[in-house]
Amino acid sequence: MSSNVQNKGAFEPQIIAFCCHYCAYAAADLAGSARIQYSPNVKIIRLPCSGKVDILHILHAFEAGADGVYVAACLEGGCHFMEGNLRAKKRVAYAKQLLEEIGLESERLEMYNMSSAMGGEFAKVADEMTEKISKLGPNPLKFVKFAKQSRKSGKEGS
Amino acid sequence: MKAGSNLEKVLSSGEFAVTAELGPPKSADPQVIIEKGNILKGYVDAVNITDNQTAIVRMASIAAGAIVVKEGIVEPVMQMVTRDRNRIAIQSDILGAAALGIKNCLCLAGDHHSSGNHPSAKNVYDLDSIQLVAMLKAMRDDKVFQCGEEIEEVQPQLFIGAAWTPLADPKEIRVIRLAKKVAAGADFIQTQGVYDVKSFAESMKKACDMGLCEDTYILAGIIPLKSAGMATYMQKSVPGVNVPDEMIKRLKDAGRKRAGAEGRKIAVELIQQLREVEGVRGVHIMAIEWEERVPGIVEKAGLLPRPSL
Amino acid sequence: MIVASRKPLDEIIEIIGDYEKVLIAGCGTCVEVCHAGGEKEVEILASQLRMKFGKEGINKEFLSDTVERQCELEFIEPFLEKAEDLDAILSMACGVGVNFLADRLDSLPVLPALDTTFYGATEEQGVWTEKCSGCGKCILHLTGGICPITRCSKSILNGPCGGSDGGKCEISADVDCAWHLIYERLKALNQLENIQAINPIRDWSTGLDGGPRKMVREDLRL
Repeated sequence: MSSNVQNKGAFEPQIIAFCCHYCAYAAADLAGSARIQYSPNVKIIRLPCSGKVDILHILHAFEAGADGVYVAACLEGGCHFMEGNLRAKKRVAYAKQLLEEIGLESERLEMYNMSSAMGGEFAKVADEMTEKISKLGPNPLKFVKFAKQSRKSGKEGS
Repeated sequence: MKAGSNLEKVLSSGEFAVTAELGPPKSADPQVIIEKGNILKGYVDAVNITDNQTAIVRMASIAAGAIVVKEGIVEPVMQMVTRDRNRIAIQSDILGAAALGIKNCLCLAGDHHSSGNHPSAKNVYDLDSIQLVAMLKAMRDDKVFQCGEEIEEVQPQLFIGAAWTPLADPKEIRVIRLAKKVAAGADFIQTQGVYDVKSFAESMKKACDMGLCEDTYILAGIIPLKSAGMATYMQKSVPGVNVPDEMIKRLKDAGRKRAGAEGRKIAVELIQQLREVEGVRGVHIMAIEWEERVPGIVEKAGLLPRPSL
Repeated sequence: MIVASRKPLDEIIEIIGDYEKVLIAGCGTCVEVCHAGGEKEVEILASQLRMKFGKEGINKEFLSDTVERQCELEFIEPFLEKAEDLDAILSMACGVGVNFLADRLDSLPVLPALDTTFYGATEEQGVWTEKCSGCGKCILHLTGGICPITRCSKSILNGPCGGSDGGKCEISADVDCAWHLIYERLKALNQLENIQAINPIRDWSTGLDGGPRKMVREDLRL
């Protein structure tokens, strides 16, 4: 458990950004080289395409205590793999329903689109998300100590 | 004579038959049946008593039919849908209905219950309407139950009817289906409401060319229109019902207060036109919750007095 | 395949009740293909349940395991072996799997996580449609390969009924009239005589109406 959650007054959200290699990840790079400041609360996970994002990645992030998660994909029509970003959009929408089912605010999960040239937009999104999650407060699952997970599959090759 | 009902007598004597429709109440009140029956008495040869029409629970058709028989008001045509009963219940009901003095039965599949007031019910459809016609004919003529077992004296003597929707697309299959109903043993046919006489006449010609008009008595359906809104709704939502634009315009032009009168005028005109169509042996007037208007329509259409045979 | 959909989480939670150590059991055949109860759906449900109960401070343990098929004994053995350590099995198989496990587990509750819906086909990715009812007496050779028992809302054998218009069923403009499809198909196959003949009253006893069914092939028995 990180120190920032022990003192609620100084809540610093932990946000996971699943970023497409071709757009948002490059945009983050651009923001960096252009010296644009953005929220340090965002931890980037690079994906070869936003279409690679799996509902389980999102759920496991929340289960591990992330306060917010977002998927940053190419602009619609601009996916390097044609429609990976559109698939990601549908999965995010579905994952939002799964969060609602367990009583976790679906606003903790968002989908953003940007191009690799939009360093400023990347910074804006990171700040926007940080501000929103700060208002929502910490993910209550942060304080839960889960029993050791036992996963096993009898299926071959899994 | 197959069943000896008044309707059969009228039709077989060559008279132009008139039937109407009576919707039983959503209650156990017999008075509603008696009052509605008395409105129609003397103006029709028989009256259809609907069987949980549109899958909304109402007093049983057989019970309502038995009431009008007992009171000597009017001859009932009990409607029987296959939606709610399997072959065991149907045959048992048929025996009971015949024992109560009911002599006509209209065989229907029935509206699907998903649009009724018990959409979560289990549907039955053990038989379809054509199979029901065949089963009743076998009960009457071959004196056997569906299982093949013999029916003891007295067998149910019913004049068997079926419905026909001639103008639903594709029209070519509707004539095939009419032929199947007639082959199964339908003594008479009541059609869906007709507004487009020209298209109806074309379907009738096909039916007559196949010899169906000689093998069965076809009664054309008349649904009096109350308003332009009802006409538009029927046009859009009732399968096989096509209300011509010109008719909707007449109702609109008549204004709200006079639309009903215009609708009845249209009904009278339709009856007169349909009478001229080859093979039409009568009309079936479906005035839903508007039974009190039937006598006026029958009178204006020149169908009085009704024959007493 | 057998098509199923997962029950709403609230209903699953109610079904789990007070059981504390629960194995979420997936099935890798039909319900995996229709994305209702395969390995992935098991992990999603397990994650949701852990978070839901964790958030509320309720202590439960969810184990997860998926086998190739829950309708064959050799595949469900891992579940049977684990039974002693569990309070319940939450099966994500179709109803067959739930029954099959329950028949073999005397004192362990086997709970359903899915609503088993129909025998269907994948019309397109994410869309499944019902095609067969398992009635026990196939007549598809008479109806151009289109099943009226399954695809006609009234299961009638001499359709279309008067509620069909323009190829659509009376229950919804989204539902095709099976008998319209049959008519068009028979016309294309030059087999319209099939629709002109009266299909007689059917013997439904070959289906569920005749009671639960069982099939024995002596030549295959060991």
